[in-house]
Amino acid sequence: MTSDNNPSQAVINPLTIKALTEREDAILEAWMNNRVNSSDFRETLISGEELRADSQSFLRAFIMAIANSNVEEMRGKEFNAIRRLLLEISEARAAQAFSPSETAFYVFSLKESLLPFLRDEYRDDPETLLEELNKLSKALDKLGSFIFVTTIKNRERVIRQQQQDMLELSTPVVQIWDRIICLPLIGALDSRRTQLMMERLLERIVKTRAEVAILDITGVPTVDTQVANYLIKTVTAVRLLGSTCIITGVGPSIAQTIVHLGIDLSGIITRNQLSDGIRQAFEMTRQRVVPINAADGEPSAEKGDTDERAQSSYSESW
Amino acid sequence: MSALKVPILKVGEVLLVSIQADIDDRAVLELQQRVLEQIEQTNARSVLIDISLLEMVDSFTGRMLSDIASMASIMDAATVVVGIQPAVAITLVELGLELKGVSTALDVDDGLRILRERLKDKRRKRAVGADEHAPA
Repeated sequence: MTSDNNPSQAVINPLTIKALTEREDAILEAWMNNRVNSSDFRETLISGEELRADSQSFLRAFIMAIANSNVEEMRGKEFNAIRRLLLEISEARAAQAFSPSETAFYVFSLKESLLPFLRDEYRDDPETLLEELNKLSKALDKLGSFIFVTTIKNRERVIRQQQQDMLELSTPVVQIWDRIICLPLIGALDSRRTQLMMERLLERIVKTRAEVAILDITGVPTVDTQVANYLIKTVTAVRLLGSTCIITGVGPSIAQTIVHLGIDLSGIITRNQLSDGIRQAFEMTRQRVVPINAADGEPSAEKGDTDERAQSSYSESW
Repeated sequence: MSALKVPILKVGEVLLVSIQADIDDRAVLELQQRVLEQIEQTNARSVLIDISLLEMVDSFTGRMLSDIASMASIMDAATVVVGIQPAVAITLVELGLELKGVSTALDVDDGLRILRERLKDKRRKRAVGADEHAPA
């Protein structure tokens, strides 16, 4: 990425190291002044002492790191140490609600504070001064960009973890009644989730001997061809087990999408509301819910009639 | 070589076929033949095939199950397949074998109930049909 591939070019002049080591305290002081007085210092988020402690260890590690290794490559034991330190600092800063760019800017600001000390050292040799500054600046740039890399990596880890958690959380199978179970689906469906959902549902059907499984898609925002395919597959698999699947929560928008996409859901029992689905499930399992006084009034006379009806509509669904 | 023959038991009006182990293509064909013979000989009205012990059903076996059901139906016997395991169901669906026209049930108990209901239904319909023809 740079023109000078000569390793000697990329090694910091021992004079510089010596100067920086000797005046470490003064540099820290200057850096702290720079930070505290700068407009983006937020003392509500971090105390001066904490900042100073962090900066001191960072500065020390930085000098150690550049003392013996190639700044171009940023490898070796010394750089591992400073990377670890930087990782700790950036994680702590992230926890204190600093943005990654603020943390990176904090590292970059060391450049400004180093400048006067280097100028003192190389007063008579502007050529070397420029070279040294360039190298130090490169090293700090790399460290700064390292902050972004680690921040993104951390975020990705969190996202993966959350996806896993969501997958676990998002497929509860609820027993509604004897031999009636319900799987409320919430959120977008993808192939992994649907696979897991199908397996869970089928296992529960076998375990609970559920005659009817209600798949409630009230919480599913959109249905595309793929999702519809998953649903059809699930319904078919449930039928193979010997139980019946009802899809509920099919609102106007989903109904429109399904028809527009030309998806054939005939042969699948769909209902608007979950309650309609439950009613249908009761009917299919030859049960019914009656108001208490009605049950008191004429318990058995009407029962046979409804049972008959329930049974015939049940066998019709074959 | 299929050392084990699949037993076909007659219980009341039902032929109870319980497939105990993974079977090969020839055994399936042989089973089909025997089931149909049994229907003819025993006058059974329904066939119940229990495959709850099968952990794998390939496309051939899947198609044969469909075929047995269709053939039995022509011979006026209803068929129900019971005990399909979740993994088997997923495989069948992925293979595109939906066993259309085959009734299914969770277990033998449910299967028997369904067969009973269907038999009752059929008889009632026939009785109604006979009434319609009676006055002539």
